[in-house]
Amino acid sequence: MMAEYSAFSLLANALKGNKDWKPAWRKPDPKASYDVIIIGGGGHGLATAYYLAKEHGITNVAVLEKGWLGSGNVGRNTTAVRSNYLLPANTRFYEHSMKMWENLSHELNYNVMFSQRGCLNLAHTPAQFDDYARRGNAMRHLGVDAELMTPAQIKRLIPALDISDSARFPVVGGLMQRRAGTARHDAVAWGYARGADRRGVDIIENCEVTGFLRDGDRVTGVTTSRGDIRARKVAVAVAGSTGRVMQLAGVETMPIESHVLQAFVTESLKPFIDTVVTFGMGHFYMSQSDKGGLIYGGDIDGYNSYAQRGNLPIVDEVMSEMLALFPGLARVRMLRSWGGVCDMSMDGSPIITTGPLPGMYLNCGWCYGGFKATPASGWCFAWTIAKDQPHDFNAPFTLDRFHRGLVIDDKGQGANPRLH
Amino acid sequence: MLITCPYCGPRDVVEFTYQGDGNRERPDPASQNFEAWNAYVYDRLNPAGDHNEIWQHSGGCRAHLRVVRNTLTHEILSVAFIRGAHTSTARRKAEDKS
Repeated sequence: MMAEYSAFSLLANALKGNKDWKPAWRKPDPKASYDVIIIGGGGHGLATAYYLAKEHGITNVAVLEKGWLGSGNVGRNTTAVRSNYLLPANTRFYEHSMKMWENLSHELNYNVMFSQRGCLNLAHTPAQFDDYARRGNAMRHLGVDAELMTPAQIKRLIPALDISDSARFPVVGGLMQRRAGTARHDAVAWGYARGADRRGVDIIENCEVTGFLRDGDRVTGVTTSRGDIRARKVAVAVAGSTGRVMQLAGVETMPIESHVLQAFVTESLKPFIDTVVTFGMGHFYMSQSDKGGLIYGGDIDGYNSYAQRGNLPIVDEVMSEMLALFPGLARVRMLRSWGGVCDMSMDGSPIITTGPLPGMYLNCGWCYGGFKATPASGWCFAWTIAKDQPHDFNAPFTLDRFHRGLVIDDKGQGANPRLH
Repeated sequence: MLITCPYCGPRDVVEFTYQGDGNRERPDPASQNFEAWNAYVYDRLNPAGDHNEIWQHSGGCRAHLRVVRNTLTHEILSVAFIRGAHTSTARRKAEDKS
């Protein structure tokens, strides 16, 4: 397939007044039936459609999106991409994702602006530094890059950071993953959408699933705001809406709670920080976009919520944490804040599996780390749908692992979703 | 979000600690019913709408409260002490709404 976007096409279209660009995806009406229906036109759903078509030759696929494409968490996250996990199941999966990110712009012929600017976790106590050493060693053991940094090295990397002994929580060191970074999240959704569309996948926006068609236990399609659609396989990739959609299928309870996570961006500044930094004495992370805005966030609000907006206590907490690290930002104005609904699982790890009903496939439990997983999630979910069995990478991420005692709890918090 | 504590009156949400889903039923501690314990620990209703939940007024009277709150709007529909006469009202409200 010839690249649709190239220096040549840019020049040729510029000379013709930019009137001949094709829309990045069609707006088809739904057909009566498909081989596979994917519910949810976010990053994971679109990536799944793309890899179903590209890797498995399954192109008779529809992606059903309730709103407009990419209106959910794929456009609401803080864009960090990393694979600095402790437990092998997570490390292998997220490292697979990282390797896919490294070639994603080329793969999609769409500039996702993946920038490997590094991700630094700050340690504020010697015990925390020891813990980071342990995690760094676990990462390196599985072939992932990790390095410990001293306060002096950190100060050279991030001059604005308060590294003094008089800081509220003095920095004693940090764990750096150099290959981590950020990507432009909208481009990821649009790139996958165009790639799937050009291979024949129907992306159907403004199409809300209102129920499931059943033949006995078996799921045979969906009812939607745009009519009934039948399919041999129905895949669910709806993140924060997992509970609602599964209840439509008669699955009353799930090992998931939906919580709201807020994110913030400041006015544009001159180059201030060229890495992703995380605070170790609370929950705070920050990077700077190419436009100059500081993008940052912290903890979820901490109570069940389907509202895509949060409350002020977390705003206050996040700002306090930011100023504990960067006192110099006290006079910078916040430009926007927003919220997204996160599917918090009981062990902080995702679920990519066949079932739980015959004819159904499930992708959920991303907590607030779903963006970095997008390529591997789509790749593994497509594999699972096409072959009716998981790939090695997602085999541990079953739905029944909780009942079988095989939880993957990277943080060691127990079955308490608001703490993951 | 303001939560009206039955003892202290309307207070900011920062004074309260969320204790999670109030629909779960803890099995008898002596129970060896594996499925019941699993359901208690891991399974959640997670409704989009009225949610029966437990909060503690940890920054106030420290009472445990049964709160019915809408997860789509964050509107608080009822608050009652978790023990005592108020409890049944809250439960009924949650059941009526569901």
